[in-house]
Amino acid sequence: MSLELKNVEKKVGIDTHIYPTSIKLEKNTINVLLGSTLAGKTTLMQIMAGLDKPTSGEIWFNEKNVTGMKVQKRNCSMVYQQFINYPNYTVYENIASPLEITGVNSNEIKKRVGKVAELLKLSAMLNKKPDELSGGQQQRTALARALVKDSDLILLDEPLANLDFKLREELREELPKLFEDRDCIVVYATTEPSDALMIGGNTATLLEGKVIQYGKTLEVYNKPENLISAKVFSDPPMNIAEIKKNGDICRLTDNSVQWKSSTKIKDGTYKIGIRPHNITTYKEGNNSVEINGKVQISELSGSESLIHFTNGNLNWVSLSNGIQQKNVGDNTKLYMNTDEFLYFDQNNRLVNNG
Amino acid sequence: MNKTINQKAWFFVIPVFILVAFNAAIPLMTVVNYSFQETFGNNVFAWEGTRWFKQILLSERFHAALARQIAFTFIILLIQIPLGIGIALTMPKKGWGVPVCLILMSMPLLIPWNVVGAMWNIFALPDIGFLGHSLNGLGFDYNFTQQPGDAWFTTILMDVWHWTSLVVLLSYAGLNSIQPAYYQAAEIDGASRWAIFRYIELPKMKKVLTLAILLRFMDSFMIYTEPFVLTGGGPGNTTAFLSIDLVKMALGQFDLGPAAAMSLIYFFIVLLVCWVFYNLMMKNEAQS
Repeated sequence: MSLELKNVEKKVGIDTHIYPTSIKLEKNTINVLLGSTLAGKTTLMQIMAGLDKPTSGEIWFNEKNVTGMKVQKRNCSMVYQQFINYPNYTVYENIASPLEITGVNSNEIKKRVGKVAELLKLSAMLNKKPDELSGGQQQRTALARALVKDSDLILLDEPLANLDFKLREELREELPKLFEDRDCIVVYATTEPSDALMIGGNTATLLEGKVIQYGKTLEVYNKPENLISAKVFSDPPMNIAEIKKNGDICRLTDNSVQWKSSTKIKDGTYKIGIRPHNITTYKEGNNSVEINGKVQISELSGSESLIHFTNGNLNWVSLSNGIQQKNVGDNTKLYMNTDEFLYFDQNNRLVNNG
Repeated sequence: MNKTINQKAWFFVIPVFILVAFNAAIPLMTVVNYSFQETFGNNVFAWEGTRWFKQILLSERFHAALARQIAFTFIILLIQIPLGIGIALTMPKKGWGVPVCLILMSMPLLIPWNVVGAMWNIFALPDIGFLGHSLNGLGFDYNFTQQPGDAWFTTILMDVWHWTSLVVLLSYAGLNSIQPAYYQAAEIDGASRWAIFRYIELPKMKKVLTLAILLRFMDSFMIYTEPFVLTGGGPGNTTAFLSIDLVKMALGQFDLGPAAAMSLIYFFIVLLVCWVFYNLMMKNEAQS
């Protein structure tokens, strides 16, 4: 089983929503589409589902061309950001609805609904209506409807975006387990890099209707092919600076920071990408280097501290563990872990990391 | 926290108090006053107790008017609600058709009620009116000024023409508030057009439809101007709905006592139905 997009393009009027895209999703994989709003995630999913037709290009499923085939014939299911359930059906009837339409017999329906309800912790509320449930339970019901069908393709379009923080964390942990023993392809769209890392599988980074990079999630994260992919897969945003390399000495172009690098790239001008968590208020790794900064914003995010500071003309973002309060306007010293630097050439392609 | 007591705040309430007193309470109390007394003019009143109420409640004339009223309201609700939903479903959801349809739909609502009555009166005249003349030309024996059936037909047609738009606009608003994801989800499930209507659109329109039914009930139950101009309650009394009958009694016969009693009974019927409606709505609200 596989789903393959061949040169799929989507235009609406003069706007291009999806630039020609080729991507192959394999059986039993979870594939994350990672990109900001309007990156084309939803459009791509709707094309995969058959809810929308590509302007050009083909969609192949199981080595069969299914371009233009209607969604009803494709055996796929979809979960949306909004909690979509039939309003005057009970939870049980909601979960059973896709089976009833396809004419599965009632004993079989009962068995399958019971099983999936247990999996999603809905057994106690099968007789309730969606309006009586919390947001998390409503979304669980929608997920159950998607799972009960044994679809070949399950599409999840930012399913956790409308949930509060705690429910999101809870469901995010459960999600990969739900799909573990299933014979299907899962596509999961999200704007949050942390979602992709948590879910694992494969990730495609998207920007403005283009698939930038597709591969194993950790690989895309650790070895982004280019600066754009690295930027998409970084939250808070990645720090980018121009550097000059001369021998084994690298320095920022304004000479404010310099460090020894073991990277084997040629001498010259490069860009480095530094993830915020690699700039900290404490030393990390064996090859850390000091940077002086003037604090612009200091805020807490959970048990982490986010410090925005300026160094010369550049704005930097750092993310440290624990509570590290700084006063705005103060000069402070931070440490960058040079082992984690990503080096990009003038064409924004990754040349080396470390 | 310490609360400061400032009785001056009451002064802010006084204007509203006066306004409500003048536009609701005082006129209503005048009616209440009349309903228990007999007057012979010259400001001479005699106490009659509940006599007028008994008389009205037992009178065949009132029963007939009430029956006509209920039948009329029932028929127009039965036509306007499904028709309104139907039209709303077929209206375009985007593009240039939207403003065109919305404007066309609001037109009848903007026409003054007596003009609607006069328009339809002329339109339906059997000799010169387009509708009346055409129907007769087609071989129907149509004359709304003489035949009760034709008078009812015309009154109902007029009301449907005038007010279905309101149901359409409310339903359309309800339909437009349904997120496209619902339709996609149904499409993925392979739901039929009927199932989409029955299980997504109708439940999602429930609130606006309750409102539409309530508004149309109240308006049609209190209808006066349009049938008064169109048929004047005739032929005979066959289209004399409650309010037309009431005016006949109060101004035509100057029976102020019975008319006042009838007004109050009328008022309580409307109040009762609204109360029942309101409670049903709130019960639904509490369930969801």
